[in-house]
Amino acid sequence: MRIAATLRLALRALRRNKLRSTLTALGIIIGVSAVIAMVGIGTGAKSQVEAQIASLGQNVILVFSGNFSSSGARSGWGGAGTMTVDDADAIAREVPGVVGVSPEVRDRQQVLANGLNWNTQILGEGPDYLDIRDWPLADGAMFTEQDVRSTAKVCIVGKTIVAQLFPNEDPVGQIIRIRNIPFKILGVLTPKGLSVMNTDQDDVMIVPYTSEMKRVSKRTNLSMITIQAASPAVSDSLQRGVSDLLRQRHRLGQGRDDDFTIRGQQEIADAATATTRVMTMLLASIACVSLVVGGIGIMNIMLVSVTERTREIGIRMAVGAHGRDILLQFLIEAITLSSLGGVIGILLGVGAAKLLSAVAGWPTLISVSSITVAFLFSAAVGVFFGFYPARKASNLDPIEALRYE
Amino acid sequence: MTEVIKLEEVHKVYHTGEVDVHAVCGVSLQIMPGEFVAIMGASGSGKSTMMNVIGCLDRPTEGRYFLDGVDVSHLDRDELAAIRNKKLGFVFQGFNLLSRTSALENVELPMLYTHDHITSIQQRDLALHALEVVGLSDRADHYPNQLSGGQQQRVAIARALVNSPAVLLADEPTGNLDTRTSVEVMGVFQKLNDEGITIVMVTHELDIASYTKRNIIMRDGVVVNDVLVQKRLVAEVELRKLQQAHQAVKLSS
Repeated sequence: MRIAATLRLALRALRRNKLRSTLTALGIIIGVSAVIAMVGIGTGAKSQVEAQIASLGQNVILVFSGNFSSSGARSGWGGAGTMTVDDADAIAREVPGVVGVSPEVRDRQQVLANGLNWNTQILGEGPDYLDIRDWPLADGAMFTEQDVRSTAKVCIVGKTIVAQLFPNEDPVGQIIRIRNIPFKILGVLTPKGLSVMNTDQDDVMIVPYTSEMKRVSKRTNLSMITIQAASPAVSDSLQRGVSDLLRQRHRLGQGRDDDFTIRGQQEIADAATATTRVMTMLLASIACVSLVVGGIGIMNIMLVSVTERTREIGIRMAVGAHGRDILLQFLIEAITLSSLGGVIGILLGVGAAKLLSAVAGWPTLISVSSITVAFLFSAAVGVFFGFYPARKASNLDPIEALRYE
Repeated sequence: MTEVIKLEEVHKVYHTGEVDVHAVCGVSLQIMPGEFVAIMGASGSGKSTMMNVIGCLDRPTEGRYFLDGVDVSHLDRDELAAIRNKKLGFVFQGFNLLSRTSALENVELPMLYTHDHITSIQQRDLALHALEVVGLSDRADHYPNQLSGGQQQRVAIARALVNSPAVLLADEPTGNLDTRTSVEVMGVFQKLNDEGITIVMVTHELDIASYTKRNIIMRDGVVVNDVLVQKRLVAEVELRKLQQAHQAVKLSS
């Protein structure tokens, strides 16, 4: 028997019991739409995090002062204050594979300009910082090595600061005050959006680290050091080299904990995506359970259908249908049911994901591969759960089937 | 001329529980092309079992069965299905049409399972031709529930004819029909037989059997009598008689 004829037959049989077919397909519809929506939200969150990680720059390694947890107590980043400018210089000088190093001090300060004020993040950085972070300027120029040496009162500002303090004018060349010390604005950064930690990366003011340490915060240690490795391949050996060097410089003997923490870009990415990944897996597996339940529903209805249509099967066999014709007929009916459920589920799932991103503002990303997998999976559910009833139908004895009332 | 049906010492034993039921015990018979045979007998005589064996729905336990010159006694399920499709046409007591499927599609059904390649247009033409033979070409688009019992049975006959079988098998074809319709259906069979189609029919009604040419009477699994019909009834004549009788009743009342 031809496939096209069998397909027509299946569609007609399903149309005859519209309500029953719809209810049976509902399990698959719910399962597939849940999978599509969940995976869409998961991938969306993941791609957002990945974009944020990429915004760190290329092959970036961060060295934080102070361990995350020492003897059970967890200090924040930069809490221990054990790293110095000399450490940064030593890394640049002695560790092989280092392309760029920028010492960093972080501080929050109230800044004033134009009669307006704003509390913002002050970053003391080296002149290579923007190259390392792969963060171009929208306007103006970065401060130089000369500015760092001379503790110059110059700065670079982010887009948020421009919006808050210079709403109607060009900020380059203007003066902005931190603790009443005037800093001249040399350049404006291109917008970068939210960071991995969901903070506004554009709400920032970058000054030479020397200026920050000597003029603003009066501190002598660094919060962190940003290092750029030559390539992803040397990242591991570079992390080890930095660790050895810092332990030696900080005179940490055998058995003592590090007083610094080194994080590669990949580790930061992993940590940031771990939660979303677990949540996505959890929700997707619940959705898969619903698919299996939907499959059992299909099997149930197909068994009922085979019993109801015993006589029809008998007639078909009497006029010459082979066992495999009957098998194919019922199998295709089950597959049609589950695939239609799959298609409707995909449409609903995409709709739900779009609705969630529109209403709740969650980023969602529906990939072609997830749609393909969902469709193939729903068809496979039809094959798997339709096979037993179809086999039962094909094994009927034509004499018994014809006599069935 | 070779026999279209040839049974040699056919036995059929059913193993139901502890008792073996010997439904057919050593039947030998030949049916030539163009014959019109009625197999008769009371219930339990083994005539239904004979029909299942002749119809290739069941295999004989012992003995050999040649259909159209081919030994079909040892074929498997699928081979039997192919034989049924090509060489046999079935007409059942309960019509056994697919409900919610038009008369035309019911007639097309056997061709769906024919493994020669025929286009759907050819299928349609063949099915329409078969409906024309039974005089129902104007009812092709009707569904079984829109047809009378006699019309349904004629659709079933068209379905049995559509693959040009070697034998037409009818199992109590008039069992669900009133006298007048029964005679009409027998008329269709007689017409087909006149055109050269071999027909084997199972019935327990003697008057129905007298429309055929040969009666085989079975009892307890054996053939007890095999006679040619002497005073054969002709459906057209009987139908006219029925009409006259009907009118006579009308006039007198």
